[in-house]
Amino acid sequence: MTGILAAVVSLGGFALAAGIVLAIGHKVFRVEGDPMVEKIDALLPQTQCGQCGYPGCKPYAEAVARGEADVNHCVPGGERTMRQIADLMGVEPKPLEEEPAAPMVAFIREDECIGCTLCIKACPVDAIVGAPKQYHTVIADHCTGCTLCVEPCPVDCIDMLVKPELIEHWSWPLPNTDRARLGLARREAHADGT
Amino acid sequence: MGLKRIWHRLSGGVGGFHGGVDVPQNKRTADRPIEQLPLSPVLIVPVKQHIGEACAPLVKVGDYVRRGQKIAQAEGYLAAPVHAPAAGKVVKIEEHRIIHPSGLGLPCIFIEPDGSDAAETLTPWPDWAERDPGELRERVRMCGIVGLGGAVFPTFIKLVRDQHHPIETIILNGVECEPYLTTDHRLMVEQADEIVAGLAVLRYMVGAREAVVAIEDNKPDAIEAVRAALARAKLTHARVVGLPTRYPQGSEKQLIETITGRQVPAGRLPMHVGVLCQNVATARAVYRAVCHGEPLTERVITVSGDAVPNPGNVRVPFGTPVRFLLAERGLTDIDEVCVIHGGPMMGEYLRSVDVPVAKASNGLLAFHSERVFSLRQQEQPCIRCGHCGEVCPVNLVPNLLADHCRNDAFERAEQYQLFDCIECGCCSYVCPASIPLVHYFRYGKGQLAKIRRAEQFAEESRMRSEARERRLEREKQKKAARRQRAKQLARKTDDAGGAD
Repeated sequence: MTGILAAVVSLGGFALAAGIVLAIGHKVFRVEGDPMVEKIDALLPQTQCGQCGYPGCKPYAEAVARGEADVNHCVPGGERTMRQIADLMGVEPKPLEEEPAAPMVAFIREDECIGCTLCIKACPVDAIVGAPKQYHTVIADHCTGCTLCVEPCPVDCIDMLVKPELIEHWSWPLPNTDRARLGLARREAHADGT
Repeated sequence: MGLKRIWHRLSGGVGGFHGGVDVPQNKRTADRPIEQLPLSPVLIVPVKQHIGEACAPLVKVGDYVRRGQKIAQAEGYLAAPVHAPAAGKVVKIEEHRIIHPSGLGLPCIFIEPDGSDAAETLTPWPDWAERDPGELRERVRMCGIVGLGGAVFPTFIKLVRDQHHPIETIILNGVECEPYLTTDHRLMVEQADEIVAGLAVLRYMVGAREAVVAIEDNKPDAIEAVRAALARAKLTHARVVGLPTRYPQGSEKQLIETITGRQVPAGRLPMHVGVLCQNVATARAVYRAVCHGEPLTERVITVSGDAVPNPGNVRVPFGTPVRFLLAERGLTDIDEVCVIHGGPMMGEYLRSVDVPVAKASNGLLAFHSERVFSLRQQEQPCIRCGHCGEVCPVNLVPNLLADHCRNDAFERAEQYQLFDCIECGCCSYVCPASIPLVHYFRYGKGQLAKIRRAEQFAEESRMRSEARERRLEREKQKKAARRQRAKQLARKTDDAGGAD
């Protein structure tokens, strides 16, 4: 009898002590917000384009972290970003719905600009400068190519141009050998099959 | 490490490096004296001929320029200005294809030489020893001097007296380990005195005590000539070292290891082990700039290969079209010919010969296509023989690296020190499965650079986006506060009105 009592008391005591430690730990080491959101957000290309159906990269990251959104909605991120998010979330990769387009920049035809500032308000990264009734212009180096400024323009003076390839940013292509091509074809087949 | 260093001292300072290959030398132009190339009808001068930022043109179409006049000005720090290679008229400034594996172009200044030798030089400073090293450094910078071994890194950047990293040894690189090339060889034989004078200037600028001229032992005449020039100049603590012929002995970090026994750590510079390494042609250019006030406007190029009827070493003004240069050496029909810029190990295949010669051009090799392409085998699976790792001068594992690059596992490749690869081509040379290893590494490096750029851009965009959100939030609060105040004011006036 005393044996059973001793076991109950000691185990109960341990459980209580562990509970107290855990409760304190929960209070002391509490992390504000969801660390998963930050991690996913860090993988996204930050174009803030909204092609995923969410108003920006952060909201999409939050939706993925909550399990509401699939991992394959980021169009500019492409295959690579999708795989990284899938790895992080521990889910199977899914094929992309849209192929990423070539990187673009917005360009304002200044002669036609009426200075309405609507594009400035639409730009998610503050890459357009200008003032009311003055020409606006895009800082090409800061533009993410999200196209959000095109829609609000009342005179349609914004073009999306393909970003020119700089000789400094050129990189060697994959060697044109059968084995290199075979590897590429296999990877593509694999990506389509998932 | 200490023992290793002592061993290096005991063995005469020549210990070699890991790996490397013995390649057929084919130095067929070794006994051909340097000839001056006639001026081409038009010179196409790219505004960027160095590693770093492009220069901005200083001249307009229609301007008359004299030889040595600065025609493009460096804007950033890491840049070297460009000078007119000949006197003549600027006929146009527009984008033109340059020597680059991409086949892309850069703005080029087109000059039509008029044949006069109107030249513009700076004041010669034969009294350089009484001048401040900083002043000399500025002269080297203004004369557009870059590393002429092929890397074209602006020379003045290396010429600093850093109290944390004092330069003890200055090494002049006259190794020229690439097969076929004989430009440095001929320069050492013919201009040894100017090279030694350049060495003295460089040594004074960095305050080094010891000076070494490194030459491979397949060039005994060059060793002899430089040794005699050193004796004539009465330089103290200066010597010529004959090194065993082994590719890539002329690679900067390998050469430093051979001469001093010190390895330059990954991601560090020769400066961090107390060494300054310069090519012999660069040393001569420094001498011409300081003692004669001449900017860099021409260089020596080896034209060789089995398709060239009249191979040789020629002094070529920058901007000379490759087609003109080959025609001058008797090669006019280039249909069935493969032209390589640089040496056969590290050089690149030229897709077009309508490109101008630039500061980086140390050789042009033309081979009959059927000969080159019959040697190019199709890539086969790796048989894990390990030869590539044995010959790698930086102790990498090329077969695994190539696998990672082929499978787009670039982060893995980076963990295997992809960026330490010097692209010497030893692994590709020995691979029995004909795997284009170096090509895979270049692909991997380029893709990694792209990924890094995208990450950085994303980070900047995030910061801008967050700053914008904070600003919008602030504005919203301000607006709300204003509305609140207006409401209170209205209520107050209402109350006042009610009391009346």
